[in-house]
Order: sequence, then structure tokens, then C-alpha cells
Amino acid sequence: MDGGQRAALVRLDQEVEAPGPAPASGGPGRFLERAAPEGLRFDYATGRTMASHEPKLVCRGVWKIFGAGGKSLIGTASRPTSADLRAAGAVGAVRDVNIEVREGEIFVIMGLSGSGKSTLVRCLSRLIEPTSGDILFNGENLLAASEARMIEIRRHQMGMVFQHFALLPHLTVLANVAFPLEIQGIERAAREERARRMIDLVGLAGKETAFPRELSGGQQQRVGIARSLAVEPELWFLDEPFSALDPLIRREMQDEFLRLQSVLKKTIVFITHDFDEAIRLADRIAIMKDGEIVQAGTPEDLVLNPATPYVAEFTRSVARAKVVKVASLMRPLNGVLPPASIRAAAPIAEAAPLFSAGNEALAVLDGAGKPVGLIDRAAVVDVMMRG
Amino acid sequence: MSASFPFLQPVSEPIPENPSIATARARWLWPAALAAFVLFWQFGDGLAKWAFSYPRAFEIPAARWIGKATKWLLDEASFGLFTFTDLTRFVAQIIDLPYRVALGLLSTGLLSGQGSSAVQQVPPLSWLAVLAIVALIGHHAGGVRLAALVTACFGFLVLFGQWTSAMVTLASIVVAVPIGVVVGLLLGLAAWRWPVFERVLVPVLDLMQTIPVFAYLVPVLVFFGFGPTSAIVATLIYALPPMARVTILAMRSVPSEIRDLGNMVGCSRRQMTWKIMVPSAKDSLMVGVNQVIMLSLNMVIIASMIGAGGLGFDVLAALRRLDIGAGLEAGLAIVALAVALDRLSQAYAEKAGKPAAGIPAGNGFVSRHPYLAAALAIIVVTFIAGLAVPALQSFPEAWQVSTGTFWSEVVRWININFFDALEAIRNVILLNLLVPLKRLLADLPWAGVVALLALAGYRLGGLRLALLVGVLAFLIAATGQWEKATVTVYLCGVSVVFACLIGVPLGILAAERDRLWRWLQLVIDTLQTLPSFVYLMPVVMLFRVGDFTAMIAVVAYAVVPAIRYTVLGLHRVDPRVVEAGRAMGCTPRQILTKIKLKLALPEILLGLNQTIMFALSMLVITALVGTRDLGQEVYIALTKADTGRGIVAGLSIAFIAIIADRLISAGANRIRERVS
Ligand SMILES: Nc1ncnc2c1ncn2[C@@H]1O[C@H](COP(=O)(O)OP(=O)(O)OP(=O)(O)O)[C@@H](O)[C@H]1O
Ligand SMILES: [Mg+2]
Repeated sequence: MDGGQRAALVRLDQEVEAPGPAPASGGPGRFLERAAPEGLRFDYATGRTMASHEPKLVCRGVWKIFGAGGKSLIGTASRPTSADLRAAGAVGAVRDVNIEVREGEIFVIMGLSGSGKSTLVRCLSRLIEPTSGDILFNGENLLAASEARMIEIRRHQMGMVFQHFALLPHLTVLANVAFPLEIQGIERAAREERARRMIDLVGLAGKETAFPRELSGGQQQRVGIARSLAVEPELWFLDEPFSALDPLIRREMQDEFLRLQSVLKKTIVFITHDFDEAIRLADRIAIMKDGEIVQAGTPEDLVLNPATPYVAEFTRSVARAKVVKVASLMRPLNGVLPPASIRAAAPIAEAAPLFSAGNEALAVLDGAGKPVGLIDRAAVVDVMMRG
Repeated sequence: MSASFPFLQPVSEPIPENPSIATARARWLWPAALAAFVLFWQFGDGLAKWAFSYPRAFEIPAARWIGKATKWLLDEASFGLFTFTDLTRFVAQIIDLPYRVALGLLSTGLLSGQGSSAVQQVPPLSWLAVLAIVALIGHHAGGVRLAALVTACFGFLVLFGQWTSAMVTLASIVVAVPIGVVVGLLLGLAAWRWPVFERVLVPVLDLMQTIPVFAYLVPVLVFFGFGPTSAIVATLIYALPPMARVTILAMRSVPSEIRDLGNMVGCSRRQMTWKIMVPSAKDSLMVGVNQVIMLSLNMVIIASMIGAGGLGFDVLAALRRLDIGAGLEAGLAIVALAVALDRLSQAYAEKAGKPAAGIPAGNGFVSRHPYLAAALAIIVVTFIAGLAVPALQSFPEAWQVSTGTFWSEVVRWININFFDALEAIRNVILLNLLVPLKRLLADLPWAGVVALLALAGYRLGGLRLALLVGVLAFLIAATGQWEKATVTVYLCGVSVVFACLIGVPLGILAAERDRLWRWLQLVIDTLQTLPSFVYLMPVVMLFRVGDFTAMIAVVAYAVVPAIRYTVLGLHRVDPRVVEAGRAMGCTPRQILTKIKLKLALPEILLGLNQTIMFALSMLVITALVGTRDLGQEVYIALTKADTGRGIVAGLSIAFIAIIADRLISAGANRIRERVS
């Protein structure tokens, strides 16, 4: 177990020091095929980037220990394990978390129930006071900010969507969405105007005068999303926003979410306990267990190089072919260019049918259509066979 | 990786050193203690006289101290800028002004001049107007059915000639409830926001709810004088704690997500309270409002002892005259008022939970506020009609109905025909049970009882509980209340035993039979809304004053929680466990005794606890029928306005309640631990 933890830490450190592989080095691609229009996010093959590497939110050595004497427990040189903490009558809900959320990316925090996701995200927004650590938002240490400053930041720069929607039952949809603006003291006409636009944006036009309990779960969460967007936040937290919805609606809401993000390009911290959802949405994923980040990286990273058996367990059921990119199996060009070709950013699953015409290899093209390498039938089959 | 496979590790439970010694000691503890107690009781009299009757010389003169403190408060106490008397006067004025307005509207009309020479300038709202407005409110709150119900309730008041008194009572309720709600809400909010304040407030609330009302009637009387203002203050003290409690609870039960939302959108503290917390908790808060209304009505009779007037005074006067008809009618009038206000507030609570119907369009006053406009129209129309036809202003006596003589006849008939039988029952129980028990308890050495109680506390809840129980019991003895306290304990104990003997089997029966339970519920609910004095009257008529009468009244009142909690406990038993029992082949009887009752025991114990609390609160009232216990002591103090005496006796009752409560709760906890 300790070995696994250490491995995760090492990986994490690498992440922090060298953010992302250089585009030309032929490292793993990180574009995920999805409903969003192509090219809106960083695309390895083209080198175009929407997600800059500027860290928007940095979280360093954050601990949250519930129960008595939390602070004294982590003051010591050695890291207390969760068993140590339990023995001391405390719960280590978040333990020494280091993450970096870059501007414009969707950063997914994934973990089973009780792994500390909600606690972590509440530490990030300082809804709960971390026991120790630093949280830098745009370079400003949130933990040192005054209460007035926090109110200021939350009013204008942060938004949050809640698992159980957290709609105010006594207010209409319109008033709920306008609520954050009301708190800011914006006058009625202006705030309702903006709220109406948000309601349009999430596709709830016509429901303005309904009350939360008259809406379906999916509709309620749309209200929650509209409300969190009304203040036009730079940093958007979503705590298991779709977990309370049934699978069909969840899928629909995920598409909706990707559509919104393609327009809005927020920096997003997204919590989920569903690995499929994480894969579908994430630019990068951090996997949590017992309050620790076990591994953080791109979806492909997690699938191909799980740091611990725990991560491997998660990724086992995922069809590799849908996650692994052509680029990551590519070998250098050797002069001969096969007739068939495929984009570097495409998942392996897309390459498979092209071999059926008897090709032994495919040409790999970058975003501009220029050949950058080859991919062999054997390599593809190997990935496909592994599930 | 070994940590993830705990099942591979050898199971090694720590084995206690030598279990037989520990359990053996526990098994012998009680018999030994009891034997020692009995020996001491029988032969200790010569050895330690002080242990049997507390020596006068060492008595704590608490009553005198409190009396002096009261005098000091009244004459000298000052908070710098203002004196204590200024403070009470200020409070009195805050209450007095709205009360006079309400009274003017409902009862006296607009007066000019003072006292008895006052002349009515404008008449009060006529009975017709009040009836119509009440119907309107009912319609607004819950539609036609509710309107019909509340109109019927108020119609009862008109028809049975209770109108004038009822309006006086209503006026004080109308003033007390909003003040109680607002103050309770603010206290609760403060406690929620500042944990330090909560730590102070909660014990005070506990004490306020265990001290019998009579006890604080005395200081209120001393500070505010005889009259409706005093009555409202006492009502507030009684009705306010639940509101504060409900507020704290309601604030706690607002989902943490909603609170997070408030923080996330950047609410200031004030916005957090008034825009997030209070509106989100509106449903639960309305429960508190309902409680305040019901408790205010509970206080109506007691408050009339310090000058409330109205229906309460009528009941009290009837009780003194032993006029059962008049008392019953006034009592039922209170019930009618209670039912109407209860249903109205419940309907509003429900309405608060639902989204408001869209605000009707239109710009005129009438279309925007249809109910308000209708009410104003009613007032104007009935005012004019009242001037033209006096019968519409005040309901003519000739139209009124009275059942007073009927009830008196019924009682007389029963007395004539069944006197011997009733008397025989009374004598048998009195001579064979009550009197010997009373003697026995009075005979026990106080020191031994204190020691036994402390021992029980130690066994059930450790040193802290032992200390608490021991000290409280000792204080009862040390303030010279021991003898009267034994009478209270004996009356309470006998009544509780009877209440449980009746209530628990009834509860067991009802828990299995839905129809029976529905009927029983109706009966219990009615029993609970009846003002407790109403129980007294018929019993007094049949059995005259004395301990037996008190006991019957207490049993009738205290049987309710015994039934309720038994049913609740049995209903809460996990059906899967019952199913498992059936699968194992238990007979229904075994399921009941071996599974259900065992699992429901903690709840039933809680019911016992509540039964004791109910019994104690009723006991104080039975002081009116001539018991010789602490309740009587409080009552005498009240008539003499002797603050010290009243508070000491009241506190003694509270101590008994606290001792019983803590011991039983600790016992229930132990059982619960063992069961789960
Ligand atoms: N206020 C608290 N006091 C004590 N322990 C807490 C508190 N809040 C959370 N915990 C504990 O911290 C751990 C992490 O909880 P958290 O709510 O962050 O989990 P989660 O990953 O969000 O789970 P879920 O998917 O169920 O929402 C849990 O063991 C929980 O019991
Ligand atoms: Mg959570």
C-alpha cells in the first residue's frame, strides 16, 4: 500500500514540475473525442490550445481532519495514515492533497463515496477551513483572505453546483437564478434580465415562474447550473451535479454541460464518483481514496499507466480503445506512407475498422493533415484485445 | 497491502481479566444496598436521628434568601442607566399597548375616561364581524372546509354565551403569540449563531420547562402586579421555550448544501440568516408558532390566577363554586378556541410549505388584496348593521343556549344513584393503597433515600449522574421540603403506575390494530387539547377533594404519553426483525414479548419519562383540590405572593422531575446500547 502511495506522490510531483508533455515529443495525446466541437480545447496534434497552462487554482499540502486535535496530528514529521488518525478519534477527510487546476480545463476529482471529494472541493472554495495547507486562486492565498475578501471572491469569481441542487424552495426559478445577484444588491430589473438569459442558456425558458418542487430532477439541476453561472464565475465548482439524476438524464446533462463549456470556457473543478462520467468530461482526472489523491493525470494516462491496483480496478471496465489515442501508439515515419490514414487525436477504436481492408499500417496525420507517424495493426489489436 | 485484508488477520478479542468477579459484584450490589437501607431504616433511628428528619439548624434558608433578593431587585437593583423596576415597567409597556388595542377591538371598544367611569365611544367588533373575519381567514388559509370549521368553533362561543370572556382571552393570545414567536425566534437564532449563548440558553430552557408554572407565577406577580400584563408575561415564559428550541433545531436541519449555497453566493451574515436560513426553515418554524399558540392557550386558566380574566377566570371561578356546568362550558370554549387557532396555524404552516399561487394580476387595491378588502368591507357593513340592529352587535342573551344545568343534573343523578359504589371504590383504594404508601414514604430516612438515588445514578450513568442526582435530592431535604416532596412522589408514583398499567396494554393493543389506533388517537388528541382543569371538575364532583381525586385526574392526564410512546415504539420496530422472528417459527405471542417489546423498550421508557413529567405538571394543578404536597405549597405561596416560598417549592418539584428524567434516560440509553 505504501509503495502505491509513494508512486502516486512521485507522479504528482512530476505533474507539478513539468506540466504536460511537450507537444512535439510524441507523448500521449490528450484529446478526447466527444460531442464538443473539435479544436475547442487543447489538441495535441495541432498544438492549438484552449487550455493554457496557467494554473488558476493551486492546492498545496491541504489537509482536512475532522475531530479533535486535528492540527497537532499533522504537525509531526511523519504523515499520519488514516488508521493513525482513526486511532486518535479523528477522520482524515482530505490528506495532503496537491493539485493544480489550469485555466480553461475541466479537472475532474473522482473517488468512491466517502473518499473526501466533497470535503476537498469545499476546502478549495473555503466553505470549510482546511486544517493546513495553501490554496492559491489566481496566485492569491485564499486561506489568508479576510472574510470580506472571501465574500467578494465568491460573489464575483466562483460558482458552485450542488449534488442535491440546493434550490431555495420558497423562490421561483427566476428568483432562484437571480438570487446570487440579489445578494450582491443588483437591482431587480437588471438581475432578472440576466437571470432570464441564463435560464435560456440552460434551456429552461418558459419555466421562470415555476417553483423548484414543480420541476423534474434534471430541470432542477439546470436551475442550479443557471444560478451558478449568473455571476459569470471564473472558477466553476460542480459537486456531483448529475449523481442524483437517472442515467438517461445524466447522459443528456453531460452533453449539455459539454455544450455549455464549449461556449463558456470556464475553469472547472468537477466532482464525480462515476468513472465513465469522468472519462467523458475530463481533461484531467484526479483519483481520490481515503482522502488522498492516488493518481492525477489525463484519462489516457490513468488507463494506460495506473499507479496502483486501486486505480487499475477503476479503469479495468473502461474500453481502452475508446480512451487511448492513436498518437500514443504511433511509431516514427519510415519513408513508406500507407494509403489509409487516421488523425493522431482519434481513439484507437476508430482506427480498427480501417485495418479490415488488409492494411498492415496506417499513416497518422496531425490536425493540419500532415503525416507525423505510423501505427501498426499489431499495436492496435493488442490494445483492443486488452478490452 | 495487508491492511486491506483485515479478515486474514487472526481474530483476537481482548478477553476481560475475570468476568465472573465483576458480574458477581454487580449482582450483589443492589441486594446488599437494599438490605443495608432496610436495616438502617428499621434500627438506625436511635443512632442517627438527623438522617430521618433533617435537622432544622442546618436547613438552608433558601426561601428567605430568594425573598430578600426579590426585594433587592425591586427596591435597589440597577443596571447603571436604568433600574430593574424601570426594566419591568418597560416590558410591561411593550405588552400593555398592543394588549389594550386588541382588547379595544375585540371586547371593550374605544373608551374615553378611566376605570369604571369610562364611556364607550366606538363599539368593539361585533360578533358577526369577528365571525365573518375568522371565516375569511379560514378560507384564505385552507379553503371552504377550514372556514366552516373555524366558523363553527367561534359560533359555539357565541351560542353558548362565552363570547365576552372568549374575546378577552383571544385578545391576550393575539398579543402573546407574536411576541412569543419573535422573541423565541431571536433567541433561537442567537443560540444557533453563538454556541456560547446556546450553552447558556439550553439549560435555562430546560429548567423553564421543568419548573411548574405556578412557581414562576409568584415572581411575575411580584414584579408586574396583578393583571393581564402579568398574565401575558407568565404566558410568554411558558410558551416561549419551544419556539426557541424549534428555531435552533430548524436552523440545524437546514441542509448543509443550502448553507454552502449561501456562502458560495457571498451572503453576509445578515443575508445568510434572513435570506437563506429563515426562509428555508419556514416549515419547521411554523411548527414552533403552532406550539406557541397551543401553549398560550394551555396557560389561559393558570394565567387567570394572576389576573388574565376571560375564559380562564370563568373556569377557575366555576371550579371554586363546584359549578360543573359553567366550568365545563367555559372549558369547552377554551377547547373551541384552541381547535380553531390550531387548525388555522397548521393550515398556514402547510401553505408556507407550498409555493404561493401566482399573485393575481390587476392594479387596483381590491384585486391585489382581495381578502383584506373583503375584511374591511365586512367591518364597515357590520358596524353599520350593528348600529341599526343591536342584536347583530352583541348576541342577545335570549338566543343563547346553556347546558350548565344539564351537567349539574347529570352529576347530581350519578351522585344520588351511585354514591355508595363510588365511595366504596374510593375508600378501598385510599385505605389499602394510598394511605399506607404515603405513610411508608414519609417514614423513610431521607439520607438513605439520597444514598440509594445516588447509587442508582452511579450504576446507570457514572459519577457525574450520581453527583447530580445526589445533590438535587439532598437540596430538597436541606431546604426543608422533604416531607412535602414525599407526598408529591407518592402521588406521582401511584398515578404513574396506574397510568402505565392502563396505557401500556392499551398501546400494545392499539399498535396491532389500525382502526383501534385511529380512534384512540382521536381520543388522546382531544384529551391533550382539553385544558387540564377540565379533568378535575367531574372528578371532584364525584369523589370530592382529596388525594384520590387528585390521583384520578393525574392518571387521566398522564395516560396519554404512556399510550402514545408504546405505540410509537412498537411501530418503530424494524419489520425485517419481526419477519426474521416469524421465519424462525415464533408464535405471535413470542414475537410480541420476545422481539417487539424488547426492541421497543427504550421508547416505552421514554414514554414513562413523559408520563412522569405530565403527572408532575398535573399534580401542581391538583393542589387546588387539597393535596398536601409541594404543589399546595406553591399554591399557598402564590396566594400570599411569597416569592421565596413559591420558588423553593417549585424548584423542588423541578428537582424531582430532573432526577426522574435523568435516571430514566440513562436507563433507556443503557438498554438501547444493549439492544443494538
Ligand atoms: N462535518 C464532518 N464531520 C466529521 N466527519 C466528516 C464531516 N464531513 C465529512 N466527514 C467525513 O469525511 C469523509 C469524506 O466525506 P466527503 O463528504 O468529503 O466524501 P465524498 O467523497 O464527497 O462522498 P460522497 O460521494 O458520498 O459525497 C467521510 O468519511 C465523512 O464521514
Ligand atoms: Mg460528496
